[in-house]
Amino acid sequence: MSTFTPIKEKNLSTVKSKNLKVALVGNPNCGKTTLFNKLTGSNQHVGNWPGVTVEKKEGFLKFKNMTIDVLDLPGIYSLSPYSSEEIITRTCLLEDDPDLIINIIDATVLERNLYLTTQLLELQKPMIVAFNMIDIVEKKGDLIDYRKFRSELNVPIIPISANKGTGIKELLDLAIEHIVNKDKPIIKKIYEDKIEDVISKIENELNSGFSLSRVKREISLRWLAIKLFENDEMILKKINLSRSQKENIRLYESVISLPEHMDAQMLIADQRYRYIYKLCKNAVKRKNTPEHITLTDKIDRVVTNKFLAVPIFALIMILTFYITFGPIGSFFRTEFEFFIKDILGGNISNLLMNLGASEWTKSLIAGGIIEGVGSVISFLPQVVILFTLLSILEDSGYMARAAFITDKLLRKVGLSGRAFVPLLMGFGCTVPAVLGTRILEKENDKKLTILMIPFMSCSAKMPVYAMFIGALFKEHQVLVISSIYLLGILMAIFTAAIFKKPVLKGKTSSFLMELPEYRFPNFKNLCMHVGERVKDFVVKAGTILLVATIVIWFLQSFNFNLQMVLDRRDSILASFGMTIAPIFSICGFGDWRAAVSLLSGLIAKESVISTIAVLYGTGGLACTSQVIMDQFSVISAYAFMVFVLLYTPCIAALSAIHKEFKSFKWTAIAVIYQLTLAWLVSAIVYQLGTFIYNVV
Amino acid sequence: MKSVNDLKPGQLGIVDKIICEKSLRRRIADMGIIPGALIIMKRIAPFGDPIQINVQGSDISIRKSEAENIKIKERK
Repeated sequence: MSTFTPIKEKNLSTVKSKNLKVALVGNPNCGKTTLFNKLTGSNQHVGNWPGVTVEKKEGFLKFKNMTIDVLDLPGIYSLSPYSSEEIITRTCLLEDDPDLIINIIDATVLERNLYLTTQLLELQKPMIVAFNMIDIVEKKGDLIDYRKFRSELNVPIIPISANKGTGIKELLDLAIEHIVNKDKPIIKKIYEDKIEDVISKIENELNSGFSLSRVKREISLRWLAIKLFENDEMILKKINLSRSQKENIRLYESVISLPEHMDAQMLIADQRYRYIYKLCKNAVKRKNTPEHITLTDKIDRVVTNKFLAVPIFALIMILTFYITFGPIGSFFRTEFEFFIKDILGGNISNLLMNLGASEWTKSLIAGGIIEGVGSVISFLPQVVILFTLLSILEDSGYMARAAFITDKLLRKVGLSGRAFVPLLMGFGCTVPAVLGTRILEKENDKKLTILMIPFMSCSAKMPVYAMFIGALFKEHQVLVISSIYLLGILMAIFTAAIFKKPVLKGKTSSFLMELPEYRFPNFKNLCMHVGERVKDFVVKAGTILLVATIVIWFLQSFNFNLQMVLDRRDSILASFGMTIAPIFSICGFGDWRAAVSLLSGLIAKESVISTIAVLYGTGGLACTSQVIMDQFSVISAYAFMVFVLLYTPCIAALSAIHKEFKSFKWTAIAVIYQLTLAWLVSAIVYQLGTFIYNVV
Repeated sequence: MKSVNDLKPGQLGIVDKIICEKSLRRRIADMGIIPGALIIMKRIAPFGDPIQINVQGSDISIRKSEAENIKIKERK
């Protein structure tokens, strides 16, 4: 059944013509994405919590002259889906009809993973099973008899470790061999005779004809029969049966008497588990009993301890911010900024001078590009630090614990602890955080979480704070930055409170969530994840921000007659900025340049800084700082930061929000709400701050 | 009838019945919590809810209101 010898070339030619489609299916957090990255060489985000992959992802791999299309699907526990991302997986399996299913199993939690396997086998599509994490199984001292599993399940099984990279080549060989042979799993009757009898009767009934909407390809009648027996609502809705068929099926089902508190679904689940228990009892030798205290248990005892949990959580958060914004992060930024602006920028300016470049070229390159893009790039070290720390938290398994700890608090605002993970991701970037809300089961929870996420200050807003804090709050850097982030969190909670009752009705969703074992963050994963972010950042600086900077430079250097202006107040931008600026007078920054920079922040939040640098600056970091000190008071600077914190996120985030809301109305509500809230709070901060200042 | 909530941290129980509405019961069953399964009560979250249980070899967090539905019998 399972020889790993490479297949012969002549066989290959028959399948060469079209791309082969392979789907990776398995429980959440079983290592699908790690395997996907290994197979396709791409660097999809991997985290140690259930629900990292919320979208179908596609990658390609070349193996023995073949191009294989690999699909990474969101993790599922069974083929009866609940949340939107689980529906994606089932729909893909049924409608996309992959050439091969690779079922990935976390071999450390065999029984529950095999529960899905038994269901996948019923689909009767070409399939192989990869027992993943065998390195951990070995470390635990457990023994798995693969031969027994192979012969019992009638499916090729291969032990692998996606993390270590062992068994991958064998897996590929086996996969291709299997696609070529088009081997389908042999039907295995795993249920009680009485139930099997009913299932085959339903199968026969289906044989007389039916149609299933949107599923054109061949579908296993046995699987469908089982689903009908289980009363699967989604299948019942899709399937077209005649009245007599329906009646007959009801009749067959009535033979099975169900005990109290059991239904057909439970009965099937029970039977599947019984089968799996028996199988595992035979084929697995475990060294430790379930009561065995593992390292994860020991860590959990401390980390989720009644008294220590909150202080540890707070400490981790403070430490993250302290490292990013405190002396370490600041040191790197200053050094990097010195390099970019003074050394690199200085040399370029000298070069331009020597070349005898025209006045406007010098103005564009030195005053526009280096000033604008350079100011943003110089925050790269801090962005890298923040992202590295967040990734470590994610990779280690702590995120799931944070959700466990905060569930009760989040429930007060109508959410479940599951919402914690996307909310926390919001500190990195709003876009993946918003997409991450798909792990939430209820549509209302999702909406509410999406409304909250933009207030979790994203890493692109960080340079704005860092610049103002560097100029005006040197003494209390960490305190001021913490207060901004905290205000964001409070506003998110406030938002939840507002929208919870009147608009988003409905019960809060359940909180069944797996708490994965802790693991040491994988250095390669970490590099990949952070590298991806750095690439994003640099690409953004080189494209959107570069263009925005040039546009801003142009608009502020020329007047409506396209003549270069001597005084920026005569420029196109100024006249435009001056018309909107009065709105912000009450917030303490009614200057046209501040207004324009906020506007440009809609393109990308970093653009606020590059615009400020171009509009106020005359070269060098010290100068920008100086200008900020001249133009802003401590209070107006704080009010400005508050506005940046709360106002509408960038276009990329807005489109993600719109994609998930699937409604113009809700996107519009979100934008109007964010703008109003930002303006109001910022005005309150400024007015109250000024009042207190005058009194004291 | 005792439920999972009645277990003290460190105690074990065998699932007897799951009494609740269909969709939640299904979700519970899919996580491996079915009649006959062994449940180990691990700990209670710092704010008193949810709880952490171990079933089928993996740790799962579940709210008390949900765990209340999982009735157990003592392990012999």
